Amino acid sequence: MGNEGNKFKWVGTRQVRPDGVDKVTGQATYGADFTLPGMITGKVLRSPHAHARIRSIDTSAAAALPGVRAIVTAADFPDLPSEVVAGGEAPVNYRHVSCNTIARDKVLYEGHAVAAVAATSTAIADEALALIKVDYEVLPHVIDVADAMRDDAPVLHDDLITSGVDPAPKKASNIASRTEFVLGDVAKGFGEAEVVIERKYTTQPVHQGYIEPHAVVASVAADGMATIWCSSQGQFMVREFCAKLLKLDDASIRVIPAEIGGGFGGKTTVYLEPLALVLSRKSGRPVRMVMTREEVFRASGPTSGGVLHVKLGAKHDGTLVAADIELAYQAGAFPGSPAIPGCMTAFACYDVPNARAVGYDVVSNRPKCAAYRAPGAPLSAFAVESAMDELALQLKMDPIELRLKNAAKEGTRALYGPKMPTIGFVETLEAAKAHPHYSAPLKPNQGRGVASGFWFNIGGQSSAAVHVNEDGTAVVVSGNPDIGGSRASMALMAAEVLGIDYNKVKPIVADTASVGYSFLTGGSRVTFATGKAVVDAANDVVSQLRARAAKLWKCDVEEVVWKDGVAYPAQGQTDTRTQLSLAEIAASAARTGGPISGKACINAGGAGPGFGTHICDVEVDPETGRSSVIRYTVVQDVGRAIHPSYCEGQLQGGAVQGIGWALNEEYLYDDKGRLLNPGFLDYRMPVASDMPMIDTVMVEVPNPTHPFGVRGVGEVPIVPPLAAVANAVARAADVRVNDLPISPPRLLSAILHK
Amino acid sequence: MIPPPPGTGGGFPRHAMATVILQPAFARRLTGGVTNLDIDATDYQALVEQLDEQFPGFAEAVASHVAVAIDGQIYPNPLLEPIGPTSEVFFLPALEGG
Repeated sequence: MGNEGNKFKWVGTRQVRPDGVDKVTGQATYGADFTLPGMITGKVLRSPHAHARIRSIDTSAAAALPGVRAIVTAADFPDLPSEVVAGGEAPVNYRHVSCNTIARDKVLYEGHAVAAVAATSTAIADEALALIKVDYEVLPHVIDVADAMRDDAPVLHDDLITSGVDPAPKKASNIASRTEFVLGDVAKGFGEAEVVIERKYTTQPVHQGYIEPHAVVASVAADGMATIWCSSQGQFMVREFCAKLLKLDDASIRVIPAEIGGGFGGKTTVYLEPLALVLSRKSGRPVRMVMTREEVFRASGPTSGGVLHVKLGAKHDGTLVAADIELAYQAGAFPGSPAIPGCMTAFACYDVPNARAVGYDVVSNRPKCAAYRAPGAPLSAFAVESAMDELALQLKMDPIELRLKNAAKEGTRALYGPKMPTIGFVETLEAAKAHPHYSAPLKPNQGRGVASGFWFNIGGQSSAAVHVNEDGTAVVVSGNPDIGGSRASMALMAAEVLGIDYNKVKPIVADTASVGYSFLTGGSRVTFATGKAVVDAANDVVSQLRARAAKLWKCDVEEVVWKDGVAYPAQGQTDTRTQLSLAEIAASAARTGGPISGKACINAGGAGPGFGTHICDVEVDPETGRSSVIRYTVVQDVGRAIHPSYCEGQLQGGAVQGIGWALNEEYLYDDKGRLLNPGFLDYRMPVASDMPMIDTVMVEVPNPTHPFGVRGVGEVPIVPPLAAVANAVARAADVRVNDLPISPPRLLSAILHK
Repeated sequence: MIPPPPGTGGGFPRHAMATVILQPAFARRLTGGVTNLDIDATDYQALVEQLDEQFPGFAEAVASHVAVAIDGQIYPNPLLEPIGPTSEVFFLPALEGG
């Protein structure tokens, strides 16, 4: 609970999280917990086909069923144009979002929503769904990304012409775009190379696996004003998407954020919210909709799978002279895979003078992909970091030494253009090398893998307010759902600036009508950007407190200094003015001008890039092919850990999710494109008993653009594990598997055929 | 006050200009393939206006879906961010995250 020797009183200490008691006592209100008088239940009819044209939908029998209050189909939604427009901070094609929410003309994956019903009970809603008659013309489908790129593949969208190709193709295909980044002269670089590693890798789409399924309550009043309660990664995102999809004013929708039971990027879009809103509008009743786990798997977005070709060229001393990657990422039913960040991050850890990355965004008959921690980066890191391991083996170099030799530093030019600002990659490598884990002995059938990873982290728009209460306590208001302990971080930073006890600062996450716009919780931006807004708002409060003290002392505000929650006369003042605490100034606020409240609305630039290096030990059973992770250490530059425990939690959680991605997780489809494993029994995510304690080392190289040095921490830790695990398995089993997951049957086959 | 370095006239040399660097694919579409451009501008908006004069359509192309990196710092929604006489400016795809 102490400050562990840092220079701050609160920042960097391990305080109890403000939402902790509610969560451990079951009092926290999640999306599915909210109830309203007269509330009815909404359910979704989903496509049984992977690809089909909808000839007709007959809802008459369902509508006649007693207890059914409303039915919606795509006909109840505006037919939006297909155009990419600015949305929040990233481009959005709202037609695609609309058509993913409820199918129009075609279903593009098994589980695609076709209609929704609201009824007075779940049983009646289910019965009504069974009465809806949909006439489908079943079409050929394609699941795999490489198959979807073939000339003879079934085409999902008749108007999808590949962008980024000159001249533009004349016919539609499943390749939405081609993007290329180039640095230096790649051919010349490979011409100078003395060692070349060239490999192909594949990864599978994996789900974020949040414990809480999507859930919403929507209520539309008689005057058309809509209120939505839901768990998401952004109440403003939900408002924006619902408004755009239904052609409503932002001001006519109020979104109240619930507690969120995990998101990891998967709750940065809408699925149920527009349906619930329209069902409520048609029925005149509040409507609650909750996905089953099966629906979460069949209808919400995992991250992409991909096919990646990597080529690395180096000198005999390990110096990288050229690097090339071509990757194709599966976007699911609509364009929008993270192929571009996959390209941009691929070689960001290294100072490579000649590099190229080409990315393809490819649609196929699977759920539209969604963000998942560091979207796109884990896949390309798996490929590049695996190839780096083979390069180290070929050169007989220590894998950390190879990375140190080529590590990006401040001033290193990234493939995507700019030079790196202040970063701490070298520091993570040195800390990993010095860690006892790295030199610990291994037993037979055990292997040790190392891999590194990078993520940009982002800033963006955030709003915050700090209100001083009459008794000297304070409330911190921000607009970002807390998915990783951010309320504690906001309170710590406010307490530090105000100079009052952390326990006297209460942070809340406000609804869209109660705080200024805030971009969603994602991109590891909240502690950085919203934290900056909170610091600015708290500094605004301090300015007001100094002004109030100046009033009471009848002096200029410049003669008042603020330190440790107390107003002091400035140095050199020799009169009899005494100190005034925040509580004393708050108590006299009515006499000095009224309530004291600070606010800040910012667009934060300067997010500090993050780097991490992971060490993984596995033990392989050569008779079954099972790999067990027996020791794992995460080293990451966190800039400044505002709340060290929650930073460590992010590092551990990211590592575990990456380990699951590497070893077990995959979607299994039958020959009709139907998902065979839509549940946690058959979709195998790691559980606590599968894992050793994940050790963490937080390197702190402060980000100079944040008042406390914050860098985002939530995404970097999922980038290295795929390769760290694969490299450990390769060294333990003496055979390398370049196709994920490295499941027991796959590894056993590799062992038997080596 | 620290005096300016000799020969600088109290600031940076007058001929110094910011360098705009474009990825080749971006350049093929917008600048006829020119990837490096020297621009004399003091903020982002002025820089884009000058580029749009030289290459009509440039401003519209970067009005959305792109971020800008100025001297290594990435800005998602730039407008008046200062550009120094030796700045490096890159246009990037808009970044999100999970």
